[in-house]
Amino acid sequence: MTDHPIFKHGWIVVLAVGICAPALLSSYDLNLLGRFLAMAILAIGIVLIWGEAGILTLGQGVFFGMGGYCIAMYLKLSSLEAGALPDFMEWSGVSALPWWWVPFANPVLALLAIIVVPAVFSGVFAWLVFRRRIVGVYFALITQAVALTFATLLTSQQNTTGGYNGLTGFQTIFGLELGTTDGNRTLYWVTLAILALVFAATRWLIGSRYGTVLRATRDGENRVRFLGYNTTPYKVVAFALSAVFAAIGGALFTLHAGVVSPAFVGVVPSIEMIVWVAVGGRHSLWGAISGVLIVNFAKDMISSALPEAWLYVLGLVFILVVMFLPNGLAGLVDDLWQKYRTRDGSNDMAGSTGALEESK
Amino acid sequence: MTTSTRYVLAAGMAFGLGQAALAQDETVNVGVLQSLSGTMAISEVTVKNAEIMAIDEINAAGGVMGHQIKAVIEDGASDPAIFAQKATKLIQNDDVVTVFGGWTSASRKAMLPVFERADNLLWYPVQFEGNECSANIMYSGAQPNQQILPAYTWAKDQGKESYFLVGSDYVFPRTANMIVKKHIDEDGLSLAGEEYVPLGGTDFSAVIAKIRAAQPDIIFNTLNGDSNVSFFKQLASAGISIEDTPVMSFSIGEQEAQAMGVSLVEGSYAAWNYFETLPGEANEAFIAQYRDAYGANAAVTDPMLHGYLNVYAWKAAVEAAGAFDVDEVRAAAVDLDVDTPMGTVSFAPNQSLRQTAYVGELNESGKFDILWQSEGMIEPQPYDPLTFPNKSCDLSAG
Amino acid sequence: MLDATLLAGQVFNGFSVASLFVLAALGLALSFGLMRVINMAHGEMLMLGGYLAYLTYLVVPGPLAILVAMPVAFLGAALLGAVLELTVIRKLAARPLDTLLATWGVSLILQQAARSIFGPIGVGVTAPDWLNTGFLLAGVYIPSTRLFILAVAVVVLAVLGLVIARTRLGLLVRAVNQDRMMAAASGINVRRVDLAVFCLGTGIAGLAGVVLSLLGPVTPSVGQSYIVPAFLVVVMGGLGSMVGTTVAAIILGLVSAISQIFLDVSMSQVLMLLSVIVFLQFRPQGVVATRSRALEE
Repeated sequence: MTDHPIFKHGWIVVLAVGICAPALLSSYDLNLLGRFLAMAILAIGIVLIWGEAGILTLGQGVFFGMGGYCIAMYLKLSSLEAGALPDFMEWSGVSALPWWWVPFANPVLALLAIIVVPAVFSGVFAWLVFRRRIVGVYFALITQAVALTFATLLTSQQNTTGGYNGLTGFQTIFGLELGTTDGNRTLYWVTLAILALVFAATRWLIGSRYGTVLRATRDGENRVRFLGYNTTPYKVVAFALSAVFAAIGGALFTLHAGVVSPAFVGVVPSIEMIVWVAVGGRHSLWGAISGVLIVNFAKDMISSALPEAWLYVLGLVFILVVMFLPNGLAGLVDDLWQKYRTRDGSNDMAGSTGALEESK
Repeated sequence: MTTSTRYVLAAGMAFGLGQAALAQDETVNVGVLQSLSGTMAISEVTVKNAEIMAIDEINAAGGVMGHQIKAVIEDGASDPAIFAQKATKLIQNDDVVTVFGGWTSASRKAMLPVFERADNLLWYPVQFEGNECSANIMYSGAQPNQQILPAYTWAKDQGKESYFLVGSDYVFPRTANMIVKKHIDEDGLSLAGEEYVPLGGTDFSAVIAKIRAAQPDIIFNTLNGDSNVSFFKQLASAGISIEDTPVMSFSIGEQEAQAMGVSLVEGSYAAWNYFETLPGEANEAFIAQYRDAYGANAAVTDPMLHGYLNVYAWKAAVEAAGAFDVDEVRAAAVDLDVDTPMGTVSFAPNQSLRQTAYVGELNESGKFDILWQSEGMIEPQPYDPLTFPNKSCDLSAG
Repeated sequence: MLDATLLAGQVFNGFSVASLFVLAALGLALSFGLMRVINMAHGEMLMLGGYLAYLTYLVVPGPLAILVAMPVAFLGAALLGAVLELTVIRKLAARPLDTLLATWGVSLILQQAARSIFGPIGVGVTAPDWLNTGFLLAGVYIPSTRLFILAVAVVVLAVLGLVIARTRLGLLVRAVNQDRMMAAASGINVRRVDLAVFCLGTGIAGLAGVVLSLLGPVTPSVGQSYIVPAFLVVVMGGLGSMVGTTVAAIILGLVSAISQIFLDVSMSQVLMLLSVIVFLQFRPQGVVATRSRALEE
């Protein structure tokens, strides 16, 4: 990964800004930032699976949605009196809570489900596919079909999933009133802390022996096999981890947004998630986080003022980035830094080439 | 309500809602929140146009209680989460006194908690499935008993005995059909079939095979958007003619008919609370003015008209209350007569609109010939008493 | 309620759906086999075909307009394909996953362009009267539109088969398909073969757009509703094989149509995806496996 020298100590600055944000921003802007940081957790998962393992997935929306629905089911049940049914079930003619809703009445099980459900689903799926050595474009297309199918399924099972409307109308979580200024602030802290944790863990993982094998698999899977590694488990774990990160991001996003619906899950949102990381830089954790913030703040500003122009901008930026900046903005910063260092005649050449090699 | 919510409310009132804080010449912000991008933009942009037109007219005529109105326009981007986000922005950052907007039930459901928490008011313009009752929403679109049930009653009176229900797979068609099924059952008529296709679906071969096998007297069509074109094309190419098997549609208005190619849907029925062809000078003036602004061929539809009348209903309620305060406006709006292009209407105590139901038949010029109208205004019922016997909507207490 | 007529009708519908899948997927499969790239803007070539049909109908009204529209759409889409190949795809030849992403950007822009030019609502293309009939065959109603589309698919497959088997272009395509490096070494202009095949593929998509307009609306997003099943057909069919694509399209078409006797459309979509994943457990190389001496595919 191209973790740039600037960032070596830059994280202190970034974290400081993150910590000061609640004091500087209005409640609304803080809520927006909180949503984007939740998306950034998903983006870190994409760096792991796409940047490090070289596996392009067009189905991250599925796991984002899974996390969102897990927490939303708990919120929905906790806002009801004991024994009552969610409103949409009543008017869909459902008379008893479906068995797979029952565990979500328990907060601990619901939180556990945010991790376990996507881990199991993604693990089984990835194992089925990777063990038959289905890779590259094939895998990308299958994951896209999964995204479409999952969104269709959620929409069609209206009586138990809330259908196209999704789940909404949440009140409190663990005594915290959602949607209020206090609620937003607390939620922001939680999101920031989890993002920092996921960031640190992924960074450690990438630097570990596991990360090395994963990158080797990306660059020459058969060679790694000939060295005696069974690459399938490595890839399955990477895919499952990225799915779990997506689900954690989705759960936090749902708390910030106050709604979860199939609109998060489908084909287009899933590709947009890839766009964030492509713009920021697929090999860089910082890049991915910046990508999420840049693309989404731009979307927030441009799409209201010029809704027609937004899709042109998004499409064009994406084409240009993929063609000319395959490592995204992080790669650009890196290149500029290298040029600057070389011209400067810096004596720290050893350090920077080291970083360069690591990035390949 | 916790202390923190109270604090937010108090702050909100001090900034914009409170009458006292408002100088006489100050402008008042209102929100207009529709999808300007994404799949719903096709329909919602026209509603936004109608809402803005009403606001401009009111400003030109001197504003509301001497205040000019400033519309803050936001894009909901066809995404419920964005609707909730933008609603929050309008209320918190732009200090709007009320918001006009929404189309899909998903967007309304996502915005509802935002409006309840901030105690602001949303004016919602589209026909929907009912089953909702919030003090912070004014529902001017038809409840099921003002659109789909009158259409069913009309069909029953026409002697139709077997019904085939086709819909897009989302909340409105499924709930509307559930209510219709109850009534079919109650009346001892027969259900010939019920099929759903995913939103945007284009393949109707299997559905049409089932229609062919079932030979229904009439098809009730709650398909949405583009799917309608596929459905009617494939119906025609399968040799099922609208003359033999009539189709009653609930989401095809003048605009959709124009876009689909009139020859495809000519002779089919639609049920709405407003048709372009309604008689009356107010309606003619409204249509002329809209075409002046948006082109001579622009279609005028039921949801557009409801968006337009919402703005006027809000103005009337503010003036009756003598304040912009949400609770006073809401109370004043109930039973208050408002003159609109579709006649004089009023909101019932459950904050839904009393209105007349019409059944129209599409003629070759893409307009609807009105075949039938309900006897007077229909009282809105958010919960169909036959389907949901234990539910009622009483907002007088809250 | 499984009665024989309904079943027979759905078998016919299955082949009808399969013919749409074939027309939508064939171009994808051809260029995928040759260049290992997936063009996400392929759906927009269908869209372009539909709009070209609409424009043709404005210029040449009459019952035979559709026969004029088909070559027009073929050429128009092939031309746009050439532009796309020369500006984007060629530059990304070594990075198939990035090609997929860049062409998604192209697809976004093309959709928005259609929205700006033709409006978001879409345009109506009416089938000529001679296609608006049908006949009963053993109790099953056969609409002539669907029969026409089936015939178009068969003709396209036959012509394409002849081109690949009998012409010089076909010879070159087969050579590059078998071993790109050796073909280049023996003096074949590999790039030009790529370009020709890509244009041929997008041209077929344009043609598909015309026949689709007989069954549904022409809207800026029409391509999106066919593209995911087309991708599944390519994945299931195996590396760019024509036979594989056809067989996969028929299997998926039949799965979709027959399952709809018992299930609603949403569930039948789920079933379609599941059947692809299960199929790949047994034949990961797809219906037709190409043997290759190269280790890294």
